[in-house]
Formats: sequence, structure tokens, C-alpha cells
Amino acid sequence: MTLGLINANPVVHAKKERVVRNEDPHGDDAVDPLEIYDILLLLANFVRDIRDPEHPYSLEQLSVLSEESITVDEKLGRILITFTPTIQHCSMATVIGLCLRVKLKECFPPHFKVDIKVAPGSHADEESGDVRKTNAFNKLLNDKERVAAALENPNLRQLVDECLYSNEL
Amino acid sequence: MAEPSQLSQYIESFVDSSRSPTQQAASLEAIASLLKNNQLTIETLVREMEGYLTTVDNIIRARGILLLGEVLVCLASKPLDDATIHSLIGFFTDRLADWRALRGALVGCLALMRRKSSGGMVCGSDAKAVAESYLQNLQVQSLGQYERKLSFELMECVLERYPNAVASLGDTLIYGICESVDGEKDPHCLMLTFHIIEVLSRLFPDPSDALAGFAHELFEILGCYFPIHFTHQKDEDMTIKRDDLARALMLAFSSTPLFEPYAIPLLLEKLSSSLPSAKLDSLRYLTDCTMKYGADRMAKHIEAIWSSLKEAIFTSLDSVLLFTPESLEGPDLPKNEIAAEALSLLEKLIVQNTKLFLDLIVGDEDISMIFNTLSDYKNYHEIPLERKQRLNAVGRILFTTAKASQVSCNRVFECFFSRLMDILGLSARNSSGQPFFEESILISKRCNHGALYLSIEILSACRDMIASSETILAATSHTEETWKYLLQSFSSALTMGFCSAFICSSEGTHDAATYIGVKGLLILATFPGGYSLISKTVFEKILVTFVSIINEEYSKRLPWKLALKALVEIGSFIERYHESEKEPSYMDIVVEKILSLAFVGDFGIPFPLRLEALSDIGTSGRSYMLKVVQGLEEAIYANLYEVYVCMANKLLLILKDNYHVHGSTNSAEIVTHLLKCYSDKVIPWIRCEKGFEEVLLQFAINIWNQFENSTHFNASQTNKKGVLDVMMKAMRLAVANCSEEKQNIIVQKSYNILSSSISFPLEEMLLQEGFQIAQEVDNISSRDEWVLSLFAAVTIAVHPQTHIPNTRSIVSLFMTTLLKGNVVAAQALGSMVNKLDLKSMRGQTSSDCTLEEAMDIILNLSLWIFDKNSSSSIQSKMISVHDTGLNDLSNGVGSCTSLQIHAILGLAWIGKGLLMRGHEKVNDITMIFLRCLQSSGRAGISHQETSISENNYKLDLHNSVMKTAADAFQILIGDCEQCLNREFHAIIRPLYKQRFFSAVMPVLQSLVMKLEPLSRSFLFRASAHVIIDTPLIVVLSDTKKIIPMLLDGLSALSNDVVDKDVLYGLLLVLSGILMDKNGQEAVSDSAHTVVNCLVDLTRYPHMMLVRETAMQCLIAISGLSHARIYPMRTQVLQAVIKALDDPKRAVRREAVRCRQAWSVFSECWHQLHQEASISNSFHSFSQVQ
Repeated sequence: MTLGLINANPVVHAKKERVVRNEDPHGDDAVDPLEIYDILLLLANFVRDIRDPEHPYSLEQLSVLSEESITVDEKLGRILITFTPTIQHCSMATVIGLCLRVKLKECFPPHFKVDIKVAPGSHADEESGDVRKTNAFNKLLNDKERVAAALENPNLRQLVDECLYSNEL
Repeated sequence: MAEPSQLSQYIESFVDSSRSPTQQAASLEAIASLLKNNQLTIETLVREMEGYLTTVDNIIRARGILLLGEVLVCLASKPLDDATIHSLIGFFTDRLADWRALRGALVGCLALMRRKSSGGMVCGSDAKAVAESYLQNLQVQSLGQYERKLSFELMECVLERYPNAVASLGDTLIYGICESVDGEKDPHCLMLTFHIIEVLSRLFPDPSDALAGFAHELFEILGCYFPIHFTHQKDEDMTIKRDDLARALMLAFSSTPLFEPYAIPLLLEKLSSSLPSAKLDSLRYLTDCTMKYGADRMAKHIEAIWSSLKEAIFTSLDSVLLFTPESLEGPDLPKNEIAAEALSLLEKLIVQNTKLFLDLIVGDEDISMIFNTLSDYKNYHEIPLERKQRLNAVGRILFTTAKASQVSCNRVFECFFSRLMDILGLSARNSSGQPFFEESILISKRCNHGALYLSIEILSACRDMIASSETILAATSHTEETWKYLLQSFSSALTMGFCSAFICSSEGTHDAATYIGVKGLLILATFPGGYSLISKTVFEKILVTFVSIINEEYSKRLPWKLALKALVEIGSFIERYHESEKEPSYMDIVVEKILSLAFVGDFGIPFPLRLEALSDIGTSGRSYMLKVVQGLEEAIYANLYEVYVCMANKLLLILKDNYHVHGSTNSAEIVTHLLKCYSDKVIPWIRCEKGFEEVLLQFAINIWNQFENSTHFNASQTNKKGVLDVMMKAMRLAVANCSEEKQNIIVQKSYNILSSSISFPLEEMLLQEGFQIAQEVDNISSRDEWVLSLFAAVTIAVHPQTHIPNTRSIVSLFMTTLLKGNVVAAQALGSMVNKLDLKSMRGQTSSDCTLEEAMDIILNLSLWIFDKNSSSSIQSKMISVHDTGLNDLSNGVGSCTSLQIHAILGLAWIGKGLLMRGHEKVNDITMIFLRCLQSSGRAGISHQETSISENNYKLDLHNSVMKTAADAFQILIGDCEQCLNREFHAIIRPLYKQRFFSAVMPVLQSLVMKLEPLSRSFLFRASAHVIIDTPLIVVLSDTKKIIPMLLDGLSALSNDVVDKDVLYGLLLVLSGILMDKNGQEAVSDSAHTVVNCLVDLTRYPHMMLVRETAMQCLIAISGLSHARIYPMRTQVLQAVIKALDDPKRAVRREAVRCRQAWSVFSECWHQLHQEASISNSFHSFSQVQ
């Protein structure tokens, strides 16, 4: 079920220096963007896993995600993630979005509300001048029922599962 | 003589190719042994085999000849007469033409050619005949791998052993060899061919020889192998590695100068390749060839080599210099292998062709460009990265050049050093070093870090050159050298320069500047040859600069560290090169100043830093250490005196004036630091050096002397504990590092003081009225307590052979003291028990005792304490003693319990001593503990018919006794730093932990079965200690039996916060089991219980590490057989969901991983059910199903 490369030559960005956190032995650790980022990076190499053994890059190197693009409000229990697809086509962006959502649903307690958005200007539809489509896309990603429906679809479900789990096998 | 029929049977069975290889080998062996024992002659054998050797059947003939060859291999050391050898070699030489039966012929030839002269050798003419037949008949490259290998071995053998015989073959030989080696690919054969070419070139050393005509051809064959590209799998051919091949080829390359016109261009071409291994190989080959080809031949290529070499150095060196104290005087080799090889080649080339090469370097444009742009940047950190790399490269090149020889050093100083001085604005003058007035104006100019860096490189090269050339003594012979003149005239100016780099930096604080300044000064100070090169004033100025940094700049970490390190380096340099002229200055300026730091009052440098400086300076040389140790000890005694004696006076003063409170605690604090420094820094150093035992002996004796003299001992309660602890530590270490005779002196001394201050209890009295003694011990003065503790420290550290006087009384004394709760006494008793003689030896006095006797004393006393009947009687006595007026019941019971606790602790240490030496009495002690654990509080209650509330109180107390008994197992089996280890000369039986584990675990397990659930918890605690401290590998071998106990222990311990550390230790053992392959198999059956237990622990509220580890264990479990763990999936995932909300981040992270691990597995399971097409990754599942 290998498709052709959707993005044959991705732009690779240098890895950033990680901020070293001062661990506090006592007291509770709040959820912060770095933690979410770490969890999402467990999705590392998933671009490779889906499509292409030639791109051994992580989401970070492809700068799909960065620490700054994640915001957390611990009190209200809200997580907002803005990602930038490297690929200017609908299909991969949806899959990435879906993967992020499923991953976060699994990795955070249910009282967190997760919002996932595409960075403005990064999506092909928006370039064509149609801002409404980006909004539609964001709506799609954040619509509980449509996400659930997408995951009902066996093919889509399999794709997402492969993204999330195949690097472990 | 062997029977012909038997012989022919043997032959038949070897030749018959349908027989198994073992049969063939057996018959070969049989024939060989017949020959060896002279039961058979070679003639008979050959005659018997005639049919096989000459038959027209190719297979049988081949086997026959092979048999003869193999027999000869077996007879390598048996003497044979010349005629036999001659006829045999003649036969095999002929047979080389028979390609169908070649292997036997090759084996036979090789066996004969390899014979040693003692047993008869092949003569020269025969060897030549072999070579001729070889060259004429063998088409080596058309043979199989094994035959090729044999034939190469044969050729190698001929060339090595009969060079003169075959040399006359000339062209034919070389041509034949060219032909046979061309196109070889097998690594084993290649090793041989490379060696053949190497030997061949040695055969024709003269350039006018036959080889000259073939040099090009031969090199073409060789050249295509370079650089070696070796892609063999790891499993096969483990014997040959890429490096072996590369080395063999290198030797072949450099074997004759005739290869020079072809080899050097090839190597230079590959040097510019982008493959690092090719670069490295080229450099190594070039180095080797340079040495072998000679100066004249290399001169032709020198320009080409220089330019490629320069390129290699420029691109391969790191651009970042390290500015850490460690790199100050470390090995100067660059980390990059290519750069290191390139520089070593450069050095060889300079040595070989000094004049030519120096011209090249001096005239090089890249280098002079760097010099021209030096003044563009002042500070090192301003220089762009690329420029830094080049600067570094030039520095290394100049270093290597200057270091190569006197001549090159002169040249470098002439051309580069003076230019640097100009750039820095330093002026030459005589070494008197009077500062000029324009100094301050020029300061900014002198702060050119690039130039300073280059001067450092040149100076250090010059220093290394002198140090290595062994001509230090004849320093005067350098007079005419340019470098000497320049160095002398600039040395004081340079010192100023480096100092100013330092001064500039103290404002801007940049590591580079400080580093450069310190390093420059250090190099100037460590020029060998007394004061002939660097004048005394300069040297002392440098020392004063460093010392002042130590004294003043303590707030800045890096400069301080660097200066200290530099001083240490200078000290060890003086020691190493026996610079007797410089030693007094160093002693006066450095050692004395630093020593005074230990005394000077409480302003300025923090005390730990002073001690660091002190001990570091000490490590630079023996004489300094002696001085430092003296100073340190004086400081210790002085401060101890304060602690002992002046305390009383101080107390009065304190009452008057609050200010002094600070002062009095200070001396205790200082002495703590001093003693810590003594035991952490000085004693380990002394242990490595020989001949300092006397110092330790003196230290110990002096401490005791001081004690003896201080009769007005009055240490205040607040700070004495800390001082006593460090004193005991220092005493232990000092004694432990002495020899037996010195230990005897110390023990005797301490015993005298002990016996003069404490009256020994009598043994009988001890038995009868132990509790009263325990009361009496309460009343000993604090001085006696110190004496006793120090004596215990001595006892802990002695050798087993060291004699301890009056053992019997001392055992009793320690026994009573430990009942008071003195742990050190218990440890000392444990050590004594560990080291006492088993049998009484020589004429011992009645006061000494053997281990048996000592144990009797100990056990009698302790049994009596724990005996149910007597315990009630003690208690009543105790109570009566205590309650004489107050009628305070609970107090009496309390002191009885604490007596029991102390007794258990003491017994634990004693038991540890016994356990380590493997003495069976340890069982008695273990039994006491087990009895305590079983008693479930009944013993304590039964005889007291008091109210319920008091009963409860007592049950609690009794629990604490049981807890101590459980913890005693930790003391028994755990490692201890303070005593009973290798350092303190304990007798340790191998595998004692394993023995104890396998002895005590079954008992504990059966006890758990017997008791009712409520009273089990202490048993679990005890077994947890045993499991934790046993080596994991032992636990792993017994996993199946241990697991139920371990799991019960985990759930029992998780009820109480107090047990969290034990719980964590136990959990770590479980995770160790789960990580191990065999452990996983053993756990697999009880997976369900393990998971239940772990799921509970993921909610353990008291310790984050426990939750995290439990999570990790769950991840490990997901690796078990899927059929086994699938039922637990929902349970685990629910637990994980809860853990995702854990307050601690680490736990959440593990939870995410755990969820991932377990969901993968469930997803797979889903898909297995859902889809018909399953990807390969799920293969293992289908098997499970």
C-alpha cells in the first residue's frame, strides 16, 4: 500500500538545543508544553513510518511541531496545538492532525480539552486565498463526532495506528 | 614392525573417500604414531603405498599423495636422513605438475620445506627445484581458495627460508610471482601475497637488480588494493581484520624504494579523498614510506606533500580549544586521529629533510596570512570560527616544527617568534627584567590573544624539545642557539604579557584569556635547566602571581582552579626533573604561603577552598606533601586542643559575651574540615605512595598522646558528635593503611590510655548483673566515651594478625557499651569476631581468648537477655531499680525494650563479622533474630497483668524490637563502608551472601506459612532486606521460589510510609528480574499476580520513584508471551489512565510509554481478528495463536 512520495524533498531543520528543566524533587510538576512536546515526539519518525524510509527525520527536524507551538493551561485543562504541515496537501495534514489527536487522547487524562489547529498560511487551501477552508479544516480536526467517524473508518484507523505504534514493533 | 596387513588397512581407510572424516583422521594418526615410534620406516610406507601413489585413478592418487603429505606434516620434528628428504622432495616437486592431485603435493612440499635444521632440511638446490617446478606448473589463480592459500604459503616459505637459492632465478621468479598474485581477492590469501611481495623486495635490494624492471608492474598489482575496503561480515573470518590487511599492505608498499615514483602520487591522491579511513591510511602509509624510502627520494615530492598535509591539518583539526583545568598540561595530542597522524608525519618529514621543509613552512602564504591578520582581533572569543580553526592549525604546525630539532627550533624562533613579539609590542632586554615605563601604555596591545596563543605553542614546543633531548645538564651548550638568545631576552617581557592577559581578563572575564595567561606562565615556569634559561626573578614572579590569585581571586572559580593546577604542575615538574635550584623558591613562595592558609584567621578564602589548595599542592611532590602533612597535623592538634580544653574556658566567656559563641564553634568546625581533608585527600595519596607509613603512625600516636595529656577534657555536647565522627574516620583510615607492626604499636598505645581511664567489667559480674552494668555505663564521662570510640575505631581497622591485648575484657567492655547503644562498639566487636584466631596459638596469656570463647561470652549474655524466663526477671529487676521512688512503670519497660534493641543491633554487627568469615555460629544469632520475629509480642505481654492501655503501649514497644530484628538482616548481609570490608582487612569468605541467602530464605518462607497474617509483616521486612542485598544474579537463579515471597513483601510493605525505602529496593529487584530474559520466563507463570501487585504500586502515594519503577516494570511485562498477558490488558490500561494524571512528570512519561507498549499489543490483537492480511511484523502473533 505504498504510495508515491508526497513530499520527496522535505526541508530539514537543525535540532534545537533542549532546555534543561530543573527538577524539583518535592511538589507537583505541572503539565507544560515541553512535556506534551516530548510525548508527541514519541511519534518521531512517523513520516518515515507511513510513507518513506528515505526520510529518517523526526517531526522536530521537519519543523512540523515545535515547543512554541504548544500552549497549555493547566487550570482550565486546555491544550492548544498548532502544527505546520510540510506537505501542502490535504491528506497528510489530516492524518497528522488525527494522529496528534489520538495520541493526546491516549496520553492525557480525559479532563484535558485538546484543540488542534493548522498554522495559518501553511496549508495549501489557504494559499489559494480561501481562508474559510482552513477554518473548515480546523473545524474538522476539532469536531468530536467527525473524528470519531474518521476513526471508525478501518483504513484511516489502520493508518493512524501504524503512525502511532509501528515504531515500537 | 607393524603388520603389513594392518598398515594397508589404515592406508585403505584413509584413501577410501567414502569413509567418514573421523575415520580418516584416526588412520592418519595411527600411521604417524607408527612412524614416530620407529615401528615403521618411511621406505616401507612408500613401498606399501606405491600402488596408491602411481595409480591412474585420479581420486585415489590424490588421496594417496595427500596421505603421504599429511604424514610428513605429523613428522615435522622427527629426524630424517638427507637421502629420504631428497627423494621425497623430488617426488613432491614432480607431483606439482599433477593438477589433479595438487593438494597432497603442496602439503608435502610445505611440510618438507618447513622442517627445522635439527631434523634434516631440504637442501638449497632442491628448494630451487621446487620453486622452478612451482613457477612452471602452477596456475595459482585458477585454483580453489584452499589450494591458493597453500601455494602462497609454499612460496612465502621458499622466499623466507631459501632466499639465496631462489634469488638466482631472477626475472622468472618475479614474473611468476606477479602472475600468481594478480587478481587475488580472498583476505587470507591477500595477507600472504602482501607478505610475499614484501619479502621479494627484500630479496632484491639493489635498484639495479632484476626487480627494477618489474617495479611498476608489481606496484600496479598492489596499488589497486589501496585503500583497503573490507566489507566482510562479522561472523566469518574473525581472524582477519581490516587493520591487519592495511598493515600488511603498508609493509608491502614501503618494502622497496623502487615503488616511490608510483606510491607517493597514489597516496597523495587518496589523501585528498573525502573518506576519512582513506585519509588516515594514506597518512600512515606516507609516514612509513617516508622512513623507508629515504630523504633523497622523498625530496622530490616534498612540495606536493606539504600542500596536501597542510590541507589535511587545516580541515581536520577541531576549531574549539578547551579551556578547562584538565587540559592545562594534558597530553597535547589532538583528538582527531587524522590530525594526529598528519602532525606525526610532519614531524618525521622535518627531521628527515630539515632545510627543504623549513623553507616551505617559512615561505608558506597561508601561514603568513594568519600572522598578518593576527592583530585584527584582540580577544579570542571575537575571532570567527573558521579563523580559530586555522589559528589552531598553524599553532599545531609551529609546535610540531619547533619540537622536531634544534635547527628547526632556531628557525621558528627566528622567523615567527620575533614576529609575534613585534605584534605583541614586547621589547627585548636582558633578563634582569626591569619594567619599562611604557608598560602600561602597551597593555592593550599586549592583549592579543591570537599572538599569545601562538607564542604559547612555540614556547611549549621549545620546552618539550629540551626536555626530551636529554641535554638539560649541558644547558650552556645551547648558548649559540638563536632560540636561547631570544628566549632569554624576551622571557621577562613575556611574563608581563601573560600577566596582562590575565589582568585584562579579570575585567572582561573570559575563559580564553585566563587560560592563555595561566598556560603561558606555566610553560615559562617549567623550562628545564635551572635558572639558565628563565631567570630566578622571572620564575619567582610567576609563582607570586599564581599564589596571589589563589589568595585573592577565590570568588572566581576558573582562574582559581587554573592557577592551583598550574602550581601543582610546577611542583611536580620540579620533583620530576630534580630542579634543585628552583625547589627552595617553590617551597618558600608557594608551600609556605599556602600552608599558612590553614592557620590564618577567618577572613578571606572559605575554608574548604583553602584545604583544597593545600592538599592539591601536597600531591605535587613527596617533599611538599611531607610539609603539607606536617602543617595540616599541627593545625589539627591546635584546633583539637581548643575543642578539648579551651571549651571550658570558652563556655565562661560565652556566658559573658555572645560574640565568642561564633569563635568556639569555629574551631570544632575547622577541625572537622581539617580531618575530613586529611582522610579524604591525604590518606588516599599516602596509600598510593610508598614509604609514608611512618607519617600515619605518628598521626595516630599523636592524637592519642594529645588525648592522654588533656585531662581537663570538656567537649561541649553540641559539636562533639561531628568532631568525634571525623576523628574516628581519620583514625580508622590511618590505622588501616599501616602495616601490622605499626598497628601493634598504635593498639598498645591506645590500650594503655583506655585501661588507665576505664575500669573493665568482670565477666562473671556481667552475666549476673548485666543490666546494672548497663546502668553504670550510662554514667561514663564524655572523655571516656571518646576514648572508647576511638579505641573501637582502631580495632575496626586492624589486620587480623595484629595482636589486641586483653581480648577477653575488651570483648566484655564492648558488649556492655553496645548495650548502651554505642554502634561503633558493636562494629568493633563485629570486626574483632571477624578477625579473631580460631584456635589459640603460641603462648597466649589467660586474658586473650579465641573466637569460641569470645562467642561464648557474647551469646551467653544475649541469650540471657532474650530468654523468656529471665527477661521477665530482668524486667522486674529493672523496674525495681528504676522505680525505687517514682513507681514509673512504663519507663522500666521502655528501658528494657531499648536494651533489647541495642542488643539486637550489636548482635547484628557481630553476626555480620561471623557471616563474612563463614563461621557457623552466625546461625545461632540468626535464630535469635528469627525468634524475635516470631514472638508476635506475646513474650512481652504475658507476665504483665496491667491495664489494656498499658498493654497497647507495650505491644508498640515490642513492635519496635521486632522491627529492629528485621532490620538486623540488612546489617547482616548489606555492605558497610565504616567497617568490615576489604579496606579494613576483614576476612571475607567468597560467596558468603549467596550462602546466607540460600540458608535463610527457606526458613523465612516456612515461618511466613506458620504465622498468622497480622504478624507476618516483619518477616517480610526481614526477607526483603535479604533479597535486596543479595546479588541479583543469585536471586535470578532462584526466581520461581522467591517471587511469591517478593510479591507478598511488596504488598505488605506498601501499607506503611516508613517502609518506603525498603519497598523501593525490593521493587528494584523485581524490575531486575523482569529485565532479565531468564527472569521473565520464571515470572511468566505468575504474571497475573505480578501485574496485580504492580498495578497497586502505581498508586503508591509516598514515593515517586516507586510509581515510576512500577510503571517501568509494567512495560517490561508487556514483553512476555502475549497469550499469557492478554487477559490483564484492560486492568493495566485502566491503571495507566489513572497514572496519566499523576502529579509527577516522570511517572506520566512512563505511563505514556507503558500505554504505548500495551496498546501496540492490543491493536495488533484487534487487527489479527479483523483482517485477513497481516503484515510481517505480527508474525510472532500468528505463532502464538
